[in-house]
Amino acid sequence: MPADSKDTEGARSFDHDLYGEDAVEDARVVRPYALTRGRTRPGRTDLPMEALVRSVPGASDPVGTSERRRLLELTGERILSVAELSAHLSLPLGVVRVVVGDLADEGLVVVHTGSSSTAAPATNLKVLESVLNGISSL
Amino acid sequence: MAFPRSDVAPHASGVPAQQVPVDSAPAAPVTVKIVVAGGFAVGKTTFIGSISDIEPLSTEAAMTEHSVGVDDAGGVTDRKTSTTVAMDFGRIALPGNLWLYLFGTPGQDRFHFMWDDLVTGAIGAVVLVDTERLESCFDAVDYFEARQIPFVLAVNCFDGVAKHSLDDVRAALAVRDEVPVFYTDARNRAATKQALITVVQLAMARLQA
Repeated sequence: MPADSKDTEGARSFDHDLYGEDAVEDARVVRPYALTRGRTRPGRTDLPMEALVRSVPGASDPVGTSERRRLLELTGERILSVAELSAHLSLPLGVVRVVVGDLADEGLVVVHTGSSSTAAPATNLKVLESVLNGISSL
Repeated sequence: MAFPRSDVAPHASGVPAQQVPVDSAPAAPVTVKIVVAGGFAVGKTTFIGSISDIEPLSTEAAMTEHSVGVDDAGGVTDRKTSTTVAMDFGRIALPGNLWLYLFGTPGQDRFHFMWDDLVTGAIGAVVLVDTERLESCFDAVDYFEARQIPFVLAVNCFDGVAKHSLDDVRAALAVRDEVPVFYTDARNRAATKQALITVVQLAMARLQA
């Protein structure tokens, strides 16, 4: 794939870093592109950082990288946002988006991106009313 | 948005869409978010932590996807500070299966590219103002004004002392009359709650106008 080969070139230009003065410090660093096979975006479009992710019960992962496994474990216990996954997994948002996008494509997780209505929550007066009442009751 | 907004699992290739896994788990919460902006060290994380159900978490957005070939071009690279952008955020569960997320903006101006990502779909924003460093919130005010995102100016009173009148702050920032300007204390849950209520009310007024 042309796009992939371009990314590989970009990745290669970083390789010299591993042999530089920072080699010891960086020995355990895994660059984000290594986890996403060079991709910076999920296949379709960006997931909102507040999108909620839950793994499908009994989903078995044929790939099984540690990031995918940990993400499936976490989202099996409870529903979590992309942002929370980023924090809990100590992975950049962009990486989490790509991994979640993959898992969703493979039917291993379900992604919830907001209200069931067609309008975005922020433009839905009913939702805003509920939020207002909810905050007021805290 | 091309990403499916339904609660239906995207199906694997070759599997008919009707045969998606049946989701027997409880309904997913509806998520809404409010952005908390302001200058570096103005109290954004304190504000979020004063009301969040969870300890504020920090997420990082690697700059690699935006700056490959840029950061490393200049020779000396301070990797620790130049490759990640930290954003603190919290979450509040509200009745009616709603989750309100509070996202703090990255403090430094040069991370503005993150803001578009943050504010997409947000109800509105709280701009925390430190009157000792008024200029530190100019960027946020400009940003939200330009994008017509409802925002309020919450003047954070450190140690409970108001050093400037609200009128002076309003005049100095030259915001429109409709923008609420009020004192807050980022450490105080009740004050934070009131600030959030003001944002939501402003957003509702905007919708109803």
